[in-house]
Amino acid sequence: MRSVSGHRGDLESLGSVIRIVLQRLALGLLTLLIVSAVIFGAVNLLPGDFAQAVLGQSATPEAVAAIRTQLGLDQPLPVRYAGWLWDAARGDLGVSFAQANFASFTGRVDPSATVLAQIAPRFANTMFLAGVTAAIAVPLAVGLGILAALWRDTPFDKGANIATLSSISSPEFFVAYILILLLAVVNPVLPSLSNIFPGMSFGERLERTLLPALTLTLVVTAHMMRMTRAAILNLMAQPYIEMARLKGMRPLRVILRHALPNALAPIVNVVALNLAYLVTGVVVVEVVFVYPGIGQLFVDSVKLRDIPVVQACCLIFAAAYILLNLTADILSIVSNPRLRHPK
Amino acid sequence: MSIWLWIVTALAVIAALARAGLWAARRLSGDAPRFRDMSYGEALGYALALAAIIGGVWLWMKPGAVYFRWAVMGFAICAVAAYLFRLAGRHIGPAGLKRQFRRMPLTAAFGILVIILYAIVAIFAGWIAPHGQEAVLGAANIVPGGDPAMGGDPAFPLGTDRIGRDILSRLIYGAQNTVGLAFATTLLAFFLGGALGLLAAVVGGWLDQLLSRGVDVLMAIPSLIFALLLLTIASVWADGARGLMTLYMVLIIAVIDSTRVFRLARAVGIGIVVMDYVEAAKLRGEGMGHLVFREILPNAMAPLLAEFGLRFCFVFLTIASLSFLGVGIQPPLADWGTMVRDLAQFINFAAFAPMVALAPLLPALAIAVLTVGVNFVVDWMLHRSSGLKS
Repeated sequence: MRSVSGHRGDLESLGSVIRIVLQRLALGLLTLLIVSAVIFGAVNLLPGDFAQAVLGQSATPEAVAAIRTQLGLDQPLPVRYAGWLWDAARGDLGVSFAQANFASFTGRVDPSATVLAQIAPRFANTMFLAGVTAAIAVPLAVGLGILAALWRDTPFDKGANIATLSSISSPEFFVAYILILLLAVVNPVLPSLSNIFPGMSFGERLERTLLPALTLTLVVTAHMMRMTRAAILNLMAQPYIEMARLKGMRPLRVILRHALPNALAPIVNVVALNLAYLVTGVVVVEVVFVYPGIGQLFVDSVKLRDIPVVQACCLIFAAAYILLNLTADILSIVSNPRLRHPK
Repeated sequence: MSIWLWIVTALAVIAALARAGLWAARRLSGDAPRFRDMSYGEALGYALALAAIIGGVWLWMKPGAVYFRWAVMGFAICAVAAYLFRLAGRHIGPAGLKRQFRRMPLTAAFGILVIILYAIVAIFAGWIAPHGQEAVLGAANIVPGGDPAMGGDPAFPLGTDRIGRDILSRLIYGAQNTVGLAFATTLLAFFLGGALGLLAAVVGGWLDQLLSRGVDVLMAIPSLIFALLLLTIASVWADGARGLMTLYMVLIIAVIDSTRVFRLARAVGIGIVVMDYVEAAKLRGEGMGHLVFREILPNAMAPLLAEFGLRFCFVFLTIASLSFLGVGIQPPLADWGTMVRDLAQFINFAAFAPMVALAPLLPALAIAVLTVGVNFVVDWMLHRSSGLKS
C-alpha cells in the first residue's frame, strides 16, 4: 500500500489515486461475489428443492427426477452456484415460482414469468422514489446542518437535536402513518396510495410518489443533518477558523468559506451512506404506501416463499448497498489528501 | 401547488419582517449594543421563532386541529413528567443517585422514566391488562374514546379490533411480547458477539482473521434484507408452526446483530489486551476464562453498555418492522408491529371521528416512545463518558 518514495508529482499522486480506487473496486467486487455465495448457500439450506416446490405435493418421483435433471439440480453445489452466477451476470435470474406454476400447465415458459421481467419495471420505480427522496433530503439536510452548526447551543439547535433524535428512533411506518393522517386523510392534499402504472405523466407520478418520498426524507434527513453538524463543528476549533473569526468575518461566511469546503469529504461520505440506508428503508415504506417497487415485491415473495425472486431481490439490494458504500469509500479517499498518500 | 406558493410567500414575509424589525429596534433603542451587534441571522431566528409561536397558537385555536392539540398536550405532559421525575430523583434516594440526577438533562430523565414505566408494564402485564391478549370479546370495531355517541364503549376505552379483541389489553401485552423478545434477542446477540469478539481479541492470529472476515461478509448485506431472506428459509423449515417461526426470528436477528457487537467487542478488547495487567495475568499462568471474564470484560463494560442500549433500539425496530411486514412475531401473540398493520385501515376514517386514528397510531407511538427514550439515555451516557462538549 506504501506509495513510491521520492518526489510526489501531481501525475504520481493521480496514479496512486487510480490504483487505490481500482483496489477498492476489486475489493467491492470480491465482497459482492462472496455475498452472492452466502445468498446462494443460504437458499440451498432448504429441505426439498425447486423441483418439488414447482410440482407440489402430488408429484411422482419420476417427474421430480425429470425436472431435477432438466434444471441441473442433480449436479454438485459448486457447479450449480457457478451456473447461477453466470446466468445472473448475464441478466437471467431464473423463473419465479409463483409464475412458473401457471406456466407449467401451458408447457412452456412465458417470457413474463422470468424474475427479470418482474423486477425490471419495479426496479425503475424504486430508483425513482429514491431519486426524489435524495433530491429533497440532501439539500435540506446539509442546509439545516449548517444552520444548526451556526446557531449551536441556541433553542433552535436544541430543538433540532430532540427532533432529529426522535425522527431517527421512530419506526418508518409511524412517520408514514402520521403523514398519511395529516396530509391525506384530514387535509386531503396528497394521495395516500401510490398506484403508479406505466404511461403516467411525470407530474402525476411525482405527486403520487411525494408522500412516500417525504416519509423517507424525514427519516434520512435527521441522520444526515446530525452528521453535517458534527462534521462542521469538528472543524470549528481549528486555528484557521479562529483566525477568520478574529479577523472579524461574519459567522455564516466563516462556515461557508472556511469550514464547509473542508467538511465536504465527511458530508459526501454521510450522504452516500444514507443513500445506502435508503435501500433498506424503502422496503417498509413501499409496503405502507403500496408503492409498486422492488421492496414490495421482495416482501410479497418472502410471504409466498418464492425463492428465485427472493434470491434475486436480495442480490440486487446487496449490490446496491455495496456499491453505495464503495462510492462513499472512494469519494472520501479522493477528497482527502491524507488518505491519498497512505503512510 | 398553491400550498408551496403560500410557504414561499410566508418565508419571504418573515425574512422581510426580520430585516425591518432589526432596523426598527436599532433606531428605537438608539443603537443599543444589544441590537447594534445583532446579526441578521439572529434576527431571522427570532422572527422564525415568533412566526412558529403565532402559527402554533393559531392552530391551537382552530377547531379542526385536534391532532395538533393532542401532540402539544402530549409533549407538555412528557416534559412535566420528566421534570417531576428529575425533581423526585434529586431529593429522594441515596446520595450517589441524587448527584446523578442533579446534572441530568431533562431528555435523559424522560428516557429513564420511560424505561422504568415500560419495564413495569411488561413485567406485570398479566395483572394490569383488563382482558386476555387472545380473548375475543363480543363486539368488533369499537371506536376508541369510550363515547357511545361516536361508536365507542366505556368498557373498552381504546376500542376493539376487527375480530373484537380489546386494544388496550393487547397494547399492554405487546409491551411484554415485543419488548421482551427484543430484550432477549439483544442479550443473545451480546453473548454471542461479545464472547466471540473478546475471544478474537485475546487469541488473535488465524481465529481473529477467520471471524473478522466472516463478520465483514455478513455486514456487507443490509440487515433487514438479510433477515427477510433468512426468514423465508426459516418459514419453509418451520412449515407453519408459529411458535417455531418466532423462535427462528429471534435467533436470526440475534446472529445478524451479533456481528455489530463483535466488531465493537473486538476493537475494545484489542485495546485492553496490550495492557500491563493483562500481560501480568498471562505470566501468572491464568487460563482463558479468567483472562476474558476477570481481566478484560470488567474494563470493556462501559462502551459495551452504551452499545447495548443502541443495539436494543436497532433490534426492537427491526422486530417491529418485520412484524409490521407480517413475517416477525406471529399471531395470536399481541405485538405492536402486527397491531399497526392490522389496524391501519382505521386511519381512513379519521376525518369522521378523530379518535379512530388512535387505534393504529398508539402501538406505533408505543414503539417510538421507547426507542426515543433509550436513545436519549444513551446520548447522555455517551456525552458524559466522552467528557466532550458538542
